[in-house]
Amino acid sequence: MEDGGHMRGLVLQRAVIAGLICFLLLGAVIARVAWLQVTAHERFASLAEQNRTRIEPIPPARGLIYDRNGVVLADNAPAFQVELVPEQVPDMEATLQRLATLLELDESELGRFRKTLKASRSFDSIPLKLNLTEEEVARLAVERPRLPGVEVQARLTRVYPQREKVAHVVGYVGRINERDLATIDQEAYRGTSHIGKTGLERFYEDRLHGEVGYRKLEVDAHGRTLRVLEEVPATPGEDIHLTLDLRLQEVAEAALGDFLGAVVALDPRNGEVLAFVSKPGFDPNLFVNGIRGGDYKALVENPDRPLFNRALAAAYPPGSTVKPLMGLAGLEHGLITPEFRMFAGPYYQLPNDSHRYRDWKKSGHGWVDLDRAIAQSCDVYFYDLAHRMGIDRMHEFFTRFGLGRPTGIDLPGEVSGLVPSRAWKRAARGQSWYPGETLIAGIGQGYMLATPLQLAQMVATLAQRGQPVRPHLAKDAVVEPLEPIVVRKAAHWDAVLAGMDHVINSDYGTAKVIRGAPYRIAGKSGTAQVFTVKQSETYDEKKLSRKLHDHAVFIGYAPVEAPAIAVAAFVENGQHGSGTAGPIVRRVMDAWLLGDFALKAAATDEQGEAD
Amino acid sequence: MSILREGWNRAQQPYREEEGVLFRWLHLDPWLLFALLLLLGVSVVTVYSASHQSLQQLTSLGMRIGLGLALMLIMARIPPRIYQFWSPWLFGVGLVLLFAVELFGHIGKGAQRWLDLGFIRFQPSEIMKLAVPMMAAWYLAHRPLPPRPLDVLVTLVLVLVPMGLIVLQPDLGTALLVGAAGIFVLLLAGLSWRYIAGGLVALAAIIPVMWNFVMHDYQRQRVLTLLDPDADPLGTGYHIIQSKIAIGSGGVFGKGWLNSTQANLSFLPEGHTDFIFAVFAEEFGLIGVLLLLSLYLFIVLRGLVIAVNAPSIYGRLLAGSLSLSFFVYVFVNTGMVTGLLPVVGVPLPLVSYGGTAMVTLMAGFGMLMSIHSHRPFLARR
Repeated sequence: MEDGGHMRGLVLQRAVIAGLICFLLLGAVIARVAWLQVTAHERFASLAEQNRTRIEPIPPARGLIYDRNGVVLADNAPAFQVELVPEQVPDMEATLQRLATLLELDESELGRFRKTLKASRSFDSIPLKLNLTEEEVARLAVERPRLPGVEVQARLTRVYPQREKVAHVVGYVGRINERDLATIDQEAYRGTSHIGKTGLERFYEDRLHGEVGYRKLEVDAHGRTLRVLEEVPATPGEDIHLTLDLRLQEVAEAALGDFLGAVVALDPRNGEVLAFVSKPGFDPNLFVNGIRGGDYKALVENPDRPLFNRALAAAYPPGSTVKPLMGLAGLEHGLITPEFRMFAGPYYQLPNDSHRYRDWKKSGHGWVDLDRAIAQSCDVYFYDLAHRMGIDRMHEFFTRFGLGRPTGIDLPGEVSGLVPSRAWKRAARGQSWYPGETLIAGIGQGYMLATPLQLAQMVATLAQRGQPVRPHLAKDAVVEPLEPIVVRKAAHWDAVLAGMDHVINSDYGTAKVIRGAPYRIAGKSGTAQVFTVKQSETYDEKKLSRKLHDHAVFIGYAPVEAPAIAVAAFVENGQHGSGTAGPIVRRVMDAWLLGDFALKAAATDEQGEAD
Repeated sequence: MSILREGWNRAQQPYREEEGVLFRWLHLDPWLLFALLLLLGVSVVTVYSASHQSLQQLTSLGMRIGLGLALMLIMARIPPRIYQFWSPWLFGVGLVLLFAVELFGHIGKGAQRWLDLGFIRFQPSEIMKLAVPMMAAWYLAHRPLPPRPLDVLVTLVLVLVPMGLIVLQPDLGTALLVGAAGIFVLLLAGLSWRYIAGGLVALAAIIPVMWNFVMHDYQRQRVLTLLDPDADPLGTGYHIIQSKIAIGSGGVFGKGWLNSTQANLSFLPEGHTDFIFAVFAEEFGLIGVLLLLSLYLFIVLRGLVIAVNAPSIYGRLLAGSLSLSFFVYVFVNTGMVTGLLPVVGVPLPLVSYGGTAMVTLMAGFGMLMSIHSHRPFLARR
């Protein structure tokens, strides 16, 4: 029993078979391991690397915006917030109670913190209170050794130190929202929470933003960071220096006084924007970290519409400010000469039409030539000229001065304004053109619309005798020269500009009230009708509420001999261009040319008779 | 292979004087001892890396290794006939303890495996890994071989009863090892091929029954996970995905010792216990895996050689069964870790940290040594 040849043989046979099977099965395991480690090695190696590392973006510091003299208009300021790392806090409730005595903590902040706490990992840093005051930061710094796990973190946040003064120029940044995500390269914005929403912040977003950097971190299975493997620093955004002078901006804003409106000042030689005011402004700081519902409602429902950028998005009738253009067009088309005279009564009538096209001056101007027609702003003279020129020639000529299309300034949201034509009316209104509408267009009313910025560009072009410039705010904006307006005779410029000179510097000029500067101003006043007076009535401003008063416009440049500044002022409900808008323009010019940057309301004269 | 052949040849020889007085006195097989020590060395090195270089774990591992080696030395000195005599007693005690676990067992990790005796907690199922093959060999050694149908039936009952109790705990891995150890005895005893074929058919038939009535949800889930680990990458599939990433990223030469990112950064769960093979493969690459598996194969083959040369039927059957069980450990564990087999709680023998498995295994090798070293000086044919 104990042994037996055949038993030994049997176990031997079975053992050999078992050994072979073991060999085969191990072969299968080896084949599998070889497949994993050789054939699929690349894939698994990259998966292991993905496991091991996390790429964390480093957001770039946003570029700053400076005015012409290096004053900061958009800044990055550190904002302090207190954060807690749960795993380092020995007793969360006690710590929170202690913090409540050091900081002002309201229920909503505590509630949000507790909610985040539940959803976070123990080593995550959870913000408790944002935007700490300096006092709170100091108090925390003192208590810090007794508060383990409590950290004060500094972050950069956008700050607009000039508040409403340059809000319509600089704009603001806000949190990136769904709509922004659709338009940006999301890789480039990893780690960035804010993006330019309006103004220069939006227009120069690409330059201001900078390039995102990154940190390659080694992490464990819980997501805890172990060490930094690699770091590529972010490239900060470019700083942008503006042509705008904050002092002039303040002067223009103050000159408007209580009026709403817009003032745009350009250097006519190169298109540099020197002042760009839309009043009222708003505080852009409200928008940076999400505007509160109440604040937003107040801004949107404010009847003065502070969010509306009047300088480039409000199209007003340009009124009589188009008269120099009309005169130039008449000269160019041979319809008038500088010497051509006509008798201007109190109104103008078209043949076979009983409608009386009234002059602003109830008594009429009497005999006028081009010089007087411009200087006195004679409506009848230009009714007649417009009638003879026809709307399409007017359209063509006005368009050459940049009216009816955006100026191309480096700001978003610019509107085109409108220079009407037969073709436009057919397309837009489906109606044919009436001859009377030509007359109204001839004095800048009716369908005609222009923005204050367009008028500033127009008067700059006049000042430069036909060399237009594109307005721009960034000093280094690439501005390709615009095509000059060529006239048949240089004398045509002389005639029209002389008329503009006499608007101020003559006894018959409508804006003689702003005479007396140590330099010479040329310009043109205008009035934009808000309220159409019926044929049978007369316009009595005393009876109308102020909201229905006409808008006052004034465009001008100075010095006449070598223009260095061109200004357009639009004063809502300011009634008379010469009386209210003129002094504002003068104030801005005084500041720029004489260096008098004192802030005061312009000495406006609302009761002035002249247009 | 030449080592194997030499070992084989030597085993064919009568016990020779020159084999070394020391080993003869210790009742050890130098080849097996050398291979086991090598394997324990691998264990120390890999556990150290996989346990985040924890000295505490290393100390604890060292103590277990010491305990295992001591047990092996003691058990090697005990002649096989003693084991044979005590086999039914051990089996009986083991069975009683299994029932005790069923009634009073300590529940750990969702399964009832531990028995708390106040001063020590242990798993009676571990005893059965040795007691079941001992019992089967004891029974068959007294019967004519190849076994007759009735003897086959009795042996099957002796195997399946403890196995069933262990399945109930539930501990599928141990049940599998215990069952395999018992069945191997039958196979080595010359179970006719017809029975083997019939058994395989029966096994195939029983699988659906097992699936529906015996297996627990988590076990079914593990099988499903094997088929498609990506279906639940954060749940049950996580282990196997991370383990494959660890092995695959090791490449041919490995990342080097202590450089397993998968284990060091805790992506691989159970990196120092059941999944230590993945850490080893990540750090030492395909070359390391080939060497390690060769070492395992050598141990298994050496065990089979010892079995073939054993003077008694009991020794032969027991030695063969223990060797093949050891292989089952290796295959089930590496198969599981590489994603060939479902996740079953079987450690990589003598390398994985922890459990009583290491001690049981060393006890088993002590018996193998005893069977080898207690041959008569001059075997007569």
